[in-house]
Amino acid sequence: MVHLSAEEKAAVSSLQGKVKVDVVGGETLGRLLVVYPWTQRFFDSFGDLSSPDAIMSNGKVKAHGKKVVNSLINGLKNLDNLKGAFAKLSELHCDKLHVDPENFKLLGNVMVCVLARHFGKEFTPQVQAVFQKVLAGVANALAHKYH
Amino acid sequence: MSLTKAERTVILSMWDKISTQADAIGTQALERLFASYPQTKTYFPHFDLHPGSAHMRVHGAKVVAALGEAVKSIDNIGGALAKLSELHAYILRVDPVNFKLLSHCLLVTVASHFPADFTADAHTAWDKFLSIVSCVLTEKYR
Repeated sequence: MVHLSAEEKAAVSSLQGKVKVDVVGGETLGRLLVVYPWTQRFFDSFGDLSSPDAIMSNGKVKAHGKKVVNSLINGLKNLDNLKGAFAKLSELHCDKLHVDPENFKLLGNVMVCVLARHFGKEFTPQVQAVFQKVLAGVANALAHKYH
Repeated sequence: MSLTKAERTVILSMWDKISTQADAIGTQALERLFASYPQTKTYFPHFDLHPGSAHMRVHGAKVVAALGEAVKSIDNIGGALAKLSELHAYILRVDPVNFKLLSHCLLVTVASHFPADFTADAHTAWDKFLSIVSCVLTEKYR
């Protein structure tokens, strides 16, 4: 469970509504695959990942990125029970997808960089801190059912 | 891990822009570090860590100046930062995990200041460069 103070909630609420999930999602997953190329191991079926340009313009990357970031933004609506909200996804990532939880931290940090790029000055240190807190909570929740 | 020619070029060209706002960027990166990772403040009990304090400005400027030295000698970062490496190993002894945290906050600061320049390629180059700097600064730890 992640507890945000009233100030922290306020800091984030103005940005929350402005996040263009399809743009941020595609860019986040794309950058994960470019900056940390070993993460491509999970995406053999995604077609051409042979260069940064190929990755950033890949339709499957964009679609899947949107799915992932949608799910992360939903985390903001379930702060009282992240473990419950992400239980099924946690089982999926362990049992079917076999994803090392370290990757959740990598993706979270890439998303923070993308948000900073899109929102510039508006993405203040205080806003960043709240997103880091929430994303860390989501990463924990996603790892919770691992066995 | 070492930088490709293309990555070096990206870093050198971005550094020209970054250096015009070096102090502000260094200060903001530290502000982000202390806000997101409050445990990092434990290394600065002797500082006034309020945003905009003289301590923050001076130290932020110091950090970015050191990165500038590394950029200037990008083919020999180990040599350029040898003294800093000893300082961190024998005097400061900052736990190695914290270099990743500061590196991340530097990336976020650069991304927010230079959104158009911070392409996926630039993101990769800077992440690699900061990893190399972090390695150099911790290589004498034991």
